[in-house]
Amino acid sequence: MQTFKLFTGLTGAVLLATNALSANGASAQEPVEISISCGAVGVELELCQEGADAWAEKTGNTVSLVSTPNSTTERLALYQQLLSAGAKDIDVFQIDIIWPGILGSHFIDLAPYSGGVEDKHFEAIVSTNTIDGELKAMPWFTDAGVLYYRKDLLEQYGHDVPETWAQLTDIARDIKEQERAAGNDGFWGFVFQGRAYEGLTTNALEWLDAYGAGTIVDADGEVTVNNPQAVEALTMVSGWVGDIAPEGVLNYAEEEARGVFQSGNAAFMRNWPYAWSLGNSEDSPIKGKIGVAALPKGGENGQHTGTLGGWNLAVSRYSEHPEEAADLAMYLSSQAEQRRRAIKGAYNPTINALYSDDEVLAANPFFGELHSTFVNAVARPSEVVGRSYNRVSNAFWNATHSVLSGAVGADEALEGLEGSLNRIKRGGW
Amino acid sequence: MKILKRLGLWTAIAVTFVISVFPLYYAFITSFEFGSALFTPSYWPKMFDLTNYISVFLEQPFARNILNSIIVAVTVVAISLFLGVTAAYALGRVAFRGRAALLLTVLSVSMFPQVAVLSGMFELIRSIGIYNSLPGLILANLVLTLPFTVWVLTTFMRELPKELEEAAFVDGASPVQLIYHVFLPLMWPAMVTTGLLAFIVAWNEFLFALTFTLSNDMRTVPVAIALITGGSQYELPWGAIMAASVIVTVPLVALVLVFQRKIVAGLTAGAVKG
Amino acid sequence: MASSSALTDSRASSSAPTRSRASSNALTRSRVRSAWMFMIPMLAVLALVAGWPLLRTIWLSFTDATLDATSNAQFIGLANYYNATWGGVLSDPMWWNSVWNTLWFMGVSVSLELVLGLALALLLNQAFRGRGLLRAAVLVPWAIPTVVSAQMWGWMLHDQFGVINDMLMTVGFISDPIAWTAGSTTAMWAVVMVDVWKTTPFMALLILTGLQMLPSDCYEAAKVDGVHPFKVFWKVTLPLLKPAIMVAVIFRALDALRIFDLIYVLTSNASSTMTMSVYARQQLVDFQDVGYGSAASTMLFLIIAVLTVAYITLGKVKLGSEGQS
Repeated sequence: MQTFKLFTGLTGAVLLATNALSANGASAQEPVEISISCGAVGVELELCQEGADAWAEKTGNTVSLVSTPNSTTERLALYQQLLSAGAKDIDVFQIDIIWPGILGSHFIDLAPYSGGVEDKHFEAIVSTNTIDGELKAMPWFTDAGVLYYRKDLLEQYGHDVPETWAQLTDIARDIKEQERAAGNDGFWGFVFQGRAYEGLTTNALEWLDAYGAGTIVDADGEVTVNNPQAVEALTMVSGWVGDIAPEGVLNYAEEEARGVFQSGNAAFMRNWPYAWSLGNSEDSPIKGKIGVAALPKGGENGQHTGTLGGWNLAVSRYSEHPEEAADLAMYLSSQAEQRRRAIKGAYNPTINALYSDDEVLAANPFFGELHSTFVNAVARPSEVVGRSYNRVSNAFWNATHSVLSGAVGADEALEGLEGSLNRIKRGGW
Repeated sequence: MKILKRLGLWTAIAVTFVISVFPLYYAFITSFEFGSALFTPSYWPKMFDLTNYISVFLEQPFARNILNSIIVAVTVVAISLFLGVTAAYALGRVAFRGRAALLLTVLSVSMFPQVAVLSGMFELIRSIGIYNSLPGLILANLVLTLPFTVWVLTTFMRELPKELEEAAFVDGASPVQLIYHVFLPLMWPAMVTTGLLAFIVAWNEFLFALTFTLSNDMRTVPVAIALITGGSQYELPWGAIMAASVIVTVPLVALVLVFQRKIVAGLTAGAVKG
Repeated sequence: MASSSALTDSRASSSAPTRSRASSNALTRSRVRSAWMFMIPMLAVLALVAGWPLLRTIWLSFTDATLDATSNAQFIGLANYYNATWGGVLSDPMWWNSVWNTLWFMGVSVSLELVLGLALALLLNQAFRGRGLLRAAVLVPWAIPTVVSAQMWGWMLHDQFGVINDMLMTVGFISDPIAWTAGSTTAMWAVVMVDVWKTTPFMALLILTGLQMLPSDCYEAAKVDGVHPFKVFWKVTLPLLKPAIMVAVIFRALDALRIFDLIYVLTSNASSTMTMSVYARQQLVDFQDVGYGSAASTMLFLIIAVLTVAYITLGKVKLGSEGQS
């Protein structure tokens, strides 16, 4: 341990010396190389590459792209490893909406570089990205859970788009029974993400929020999850598996759910906006039969909601060129760049004005209808609970999962959850 | 009776073959598909479309990734076998105090979960200055292959008849000559087997390869496959992933086809001496 | 030398002094010296690559380190293992649940792999046309990267559009699709099934090598004597194969006790399939609690070490402690 510290100390000193040398030799205007992690390969990387190239051209600096794994958990683990080692290898990080609380201490405050431009972005996202008054990341693109439904089937069986979760349950059951009677044995009413992972937290938070049951932990850090509305929400949910949803939903992530819906075997699906263009692709059996709506309300007094997702750009505290890196982050999250990405890749902008932009709407017809869903999306409590977020989320999805699978009742599960959350809190997050 | 026996043998062969290969076959069919076709089970290829294969190579330096994997796996196997055989001679053929304790210490390296050694290994590799390079990966992979190689080779070395080295020692052979001329020819089957198993371990290693490399040019095949995505974060492009898997599995099968003869070759060598 | 006991006997008797004691001692000393020379490279490499990471993990388990502050961690003694205020690993029911899951998984999967691997090795040892091809074919499951094969199985086991359910329903074994990875009872069996599929080749290949390295005169002697093949297998082959089987089982068991990626891909963090490694990873990475996660990893290490020593003692695995001059 000691020798190792000595060793790292020495290398650090050597590195510092070389840095000092190069800093002395170079003027401030000297072009620098900034490396950014954005997306894996495919469309996402391509769009990032184009944006980064444009910035490089404009400023005379160079940008190198680091592709990171598709899986969010693997990406977070990699980031944590790099950041906790103080690695300078990546300057600009693409981070999930729930990560500022977890990784925030490694990022610089972007407010001095933003010139107040964050006010044009969705407030919910900016506030999630603000930790202890510092703007840790710039919003890049957003996401929110939406309800997909089969227009043709609703019409055929004479139903309207459900306004409340209770209606959705009834309609889903009715369509399932009628479809099965018509010989479609593998048909189900509703699919969503029920696997024991972060996706279930996003789904379950939507159920709770629809009933006005809060966001697990409130803004002051109080554990509020055990309340009558939450019991009501989870009680409604507890009957789904085996009734309107297949047992397999307990292990569905996004793609498994989309597989069932897109092969024509479900009437409703909760998913992110990405499923829209895929479901309407040339070879899709349900092409042109899909409708998108905001997720149902809890009851008459409930609200339409969707859990806030999406990605942001943050600048590492260990970057050798924080100024240029921040400039790149600001450029990529700018209105022009977000507009280009929305038109070309259907990435949801985080800037209000773009939801009334004709070209953006022409490329993505449902952006306009769902504008309010995106604006009012409910944020997970990552900002309040900070580094404990993954623990909180884990406890929450475990409790929900056990309710879904029928192992425990809603009230019992919520009571247990309240206890474990308070234990995690241990006097402060 | 004889016919029944033949029938039983061939049924067993057929069942084994189908169970082993079916998932790869399924991957092969899937690698020609895309879009909604992926969501319906099929048993025969419906189309023959190489788009997925082409995109695997176009979207990333996949050929380079394969080369990296080959370099890493071959070097790891070579080092493991060299260190393994020399150590196996000492541990398997020479009696000295503390031999059992040493073997257990070697084994204990394999008793920690990989994720627990990850951070320490990360620091080690960065401090030596081989982060984001193939030597870093080779070093890390030795943790996975070396204990296994040493143990298996020691076990087999110990089972060889004792008269072998006594005769050699009477002739005045040095330990190096002994290993090279007497044990090595007999150890071929064990070396090929352990080498093969170690090769696959190094070839398929994911966590170290992901954490210790950063640029696409340095990545190995499993990481490259994990990087394949569709149009968005959520979409899993199955067709392309399956195409990549087929590409990386076929060379391994070829490798086994070549080396399995050696396993048999060892038998004759052993029969002559044993 | 027709049985293992004869083999051991011949070894034991050969330690009787054949040369003069003095020269034998000198020879032994020089052999031991050269043995150390031969081992030093291996030990040096292992110490280099494994020494620091392992000791560091054990050290961190006594601290309150978190992922973003490993360097200024405070020593807190055994609090991560057990303490009166918030418990520690040893009082977490989830940990004991994962210990139980892991042991169950290891027991079931390694037993199945042993039986199937032995059968497979015997099959591959037969002479038939296309043997080389079958040898290559059985290695396919082991050769596909786990990142891929686990996802592939997840897809094939999907309850609605998975090919496994489709196949079973076509044949008529089941009437309704089974949610393999979702139900808490079937999930563990699904994981066992995939693990057996994937790692039986490992076992089979090592046993096959053992078979290939058997001295063939034993068989010939038995054949001449007209002993029933089953008896030959039971009395001659199996005892001779024991060292190869024991070492194959050790490494399979070590891997099974540390299983992570397969379970993580197939069922994520679901508690019904959570194993010790999944638990440790969740603490280390997801919860950033390096101290606690290291304590869990160290417990995992201790559990494995105890099991290994018990196995070696009970199974009388030779570590070379008996004399062989």
